[in-house]
Amino acid sequence: MTSDAPVLALRAVSKRFGAVRALDAASLEVRAGTVHALLGENGAGKSTLMHVAFGLVQPDAGEITIRGISRRFGSPADAIAAGLGMVHQHFTLVPAFTVAENVALGGRGRYNARGAAARVREIGASTGLVLDPQAKVASLAVGAQQRLEIIKALARDATLLILDEPTAVLAPADAAELLAWVRRFATGDRAAVLITHHLHDALEVADDVTVLRRGATVLARVVRETTEADLVHAMLGEHHQRVVVGPARARGAPVIALRGVSVVDGRGVVRLADVSCEVAAGEIVGVAAVEGAGQHELLRLLAGRLAPSTGRAELPSDIGFVPADRQRDALMLDLTLTENIALRGAGAARGLLSWRALAARTRGILARFDVRAPGPDIPARTLSGGNQQKFVLGRELAGTPQALIVDHPTRGLDIRATDEVLARLRGARDAGIAVVMYSGDLDEVLAVADRVLVVHAGRVREVPLDREQVGRAMLGAA
Amino acid sequence: MSPRLSAVWRAAGLSAGVAAVTLTLLVAVLGVGGYDVGAALRALAGGAFGSWSAFISGTLVRATPLLFAGLAVAIAFRAGVLNIGAEGQLVVGAAVAAAVGLTVTGPLGLAALPLALVAGALCGAAWAAVAAVLRARFGVLEVISTIMLNFIAQYGLAWLVRGPLQEPTHIYPQSETIASLARLPALAGGIRLHWGFVIALAAAVALWLILRRTAAGFRVRAVGANPFAAASAGRIDTGRVATGAFLLSGALAGLGGAVEVSGVTYALYENISPGYGYTAIAVALLARLNPLLVVASAVLFGALEAGAVSMQRDAAVPSVVVSVVEAVLILVVVATDSVRDRWFAMRWFARRAA
Repeated sequence: MTSDAPVLALRAVSKRFGAVRALDAASLEVRAGTVHALLGENGAGKSTLMHVAFGLVQPDAGEITIRGISRRFGSPADAIAAGLGMVHQHFTLVPAFTVAENVALGGRGRYNARGAAARVREIGASTGLVLDPQAKVASLAVGAQQRLEIIKALARDATLLILDEPTAVLAPADAAELLAWVRRFATGDRAAVLITHHLHDALEVADDVTVLRRGATVLARVVRETTEADLVHAMLGEHHQRVVVGPARARGAPVIALRGVSVVDGRGVVRLADVSCEVAAGEIVGVAAVEGAGQHELLRLLAGRLAPSTGRAELPSDIGFVPADRQRDALMLDLTLTENIALRGAGAARGLLSWRALAARTRGILARFDVRAPGPDIPARTLSGGNQQKFVLGRELAGTPQALIVDHPTRGLDIRATDEVLARLRGARDAGIAVVMYSGDLDEVLAVADRVLVVHAGRVREVPLDREQVGRAMLGAA
Repeated sequence: MSPRLSAVWRAAGLSAGVAAVTLTLLVAVLGVGGYDVGAALRALAGGAFGSWSAFISGTLVRATPLLFAGLAVAIAFRAGVLNIGAEGQLVVGAAVAAAVGLTVTGPLGLAALPLALVAGALCGAAWAAVAAVLRARFGVLEVISTIMLNFIAQYGLAWLVRGPLQEPTHIYPQSETIASLARLPALAGGIRLHWGFVIALAAAVALWLILRRTAAGFRVRAVGANPFAAASAGRIDTGRVATGAFLLSGALAGLGGAVEVSGVTYALYENISPGYGYTAIAVALLARLNPLLVVASAVLFGALEAGAVSMQRDAAVPSVVVSVVEAVLILVVVATDSVRDRWFAMRWFARRAA
């Protein structure tokens, strides 16, 4: 165990999920006594790389060394035994249990809640992460729950902490406090990896920075020798295709308007703050954001599926909506295609339903939107993902609504299906529908949008149709 | 139309398969118990189907409360509401119908029967409303609350038949018999089967039509199939639909209790229900929650229970053997229905986490 060996080194790690190359010879080296920022766009492979380090994902190729010793972790338990601790974006706590009970859970050997309580107090005294061991987790605020996740890792003697988007769920003051703590923790032979979208977090607290793009390491440097511009450039890459801006079109009358709208979620976290915007007939408004910035709330708000906490939303009566999770929020998988077509407008329907007419309408949608299905009477579950997506889009566009809100409509689709979906959106725009579209792939947004709204940390602003400017705004760069 | 019918046939085929399993189980349990299998089955079949009078006055009379309660369970489950409280709702309906039948006499006597049935249904719905409000307002799992309400109803009934509604001699834990005007007439002279069975059949057909043909029924199915999609894609007020189905469920069970008092017992007894509301869960599951198939499965269970009596009498096989078979049948149904099963489990955990 030489002191100058890196705490964690990942070399040329590759991993495929089916046809998707999640990691392509990615590398990362974390030195002792440092905070290491791991940056990248949505889907760049940040979380996958850390899951490899933590034993959650087995790599296809590559080497993992911990303090100079080559290791391969079959499970997180092995990684924990080697001194790693991971704080996931989604907490892994039992709400009905106390702080001490959560710490005792999953520990090695006998379940010992009393010992765990003592350990929580000890960690509080030595690290400043103070929590009442007897407090019920359900009663803790988000920041305190996250603190508990860290305490859990420390209780198992973690010397390398991996934090996945730790500030995404926190209010600004809590985020600053957390980052300051991470800074203090990473001294001596300890270290921390901070997975983040936020450039500021990286530049403020990190010593080293690694940037991933499309599964490969494109930048690994000491923060002092980097600029914000370098990082933006590394994350977004060269853009190969220029954005084709069509002839300026006359904008129609506003169809949707948000006036000073804020959204506060069930945990009291502000998801959107003071949003004002308009969407006009016959335009496509693209939404660009990194994951968790509040874009899904914005789209549900525009679709009338989420009520504003404060402010006013002026919406038309008929809005088509394609949610991000179509299997959960758009389809009844065990019911037939006809029944799924009947679902649109079911809340306001009265009297008897004519299944014959609905089946005929379903056949029309299957034909017009090129949905590959043997007929309208098969369960929605039997359609492939791409066909489910086309089917949902067809349902929401049939009967020409005044507005169409689509949340990541190309997720999981191949290139051909993606092009078809984007062409449908252009067609809807040309038919005079007000279209709002978000995609996790910025190039897709830029390919169809007439203008772009960027959501960053719950704030929405319009940004010129320029890849560099949009990219910087998404990351919160000035 | 054809896929709809074929769905019915598919479900009917499954039900027939499960019925065959029932018979096999019965033979196995009897064999293991060392009984004369042939004699026992003969006695069982004789008691259930042996004659027109056995079938009509035994099996169908037994099937009537199971049919009401089975429909109650089916409509609730269709909406994703796990109403385990048909038993309690049925008991409340029976108690209220008895109270009406005992008090509404004299010049108002003609109104006694409709009043008893309507009051039984309304109070069954009101009993369900307690759990429905707890669910809608506070997120209390209806599985727990309805089971608890069953106990309250059961012990409330025990108090009633020893207290305010006890017969005048104060010896037996039961009420006086209700006025003859408050009784449901028999379908024909000399048989025990009463008009309540016809009401139950009509309710089954009506429920089937509502679920199949009306917008309101479709909303119930949508909320049960996927509440998230129902709310987001259908813009359905899922809480309202679930509450509505819950109340209708309670009303059907309550009506079942009222019909049992008005048509069969004519008085309130402490054990007016030998667990009809619980057996009804098996009835509804066996019928795949399809109201028309609930008729068939209620008759099957009615036959088992009617046959159990003659099996005990003629072949000296304890009638609890049938209860064992019923219980195993529930397990078989639940296990084979793995998709729905898995989905219910997911919903449980989703709601617990919320």
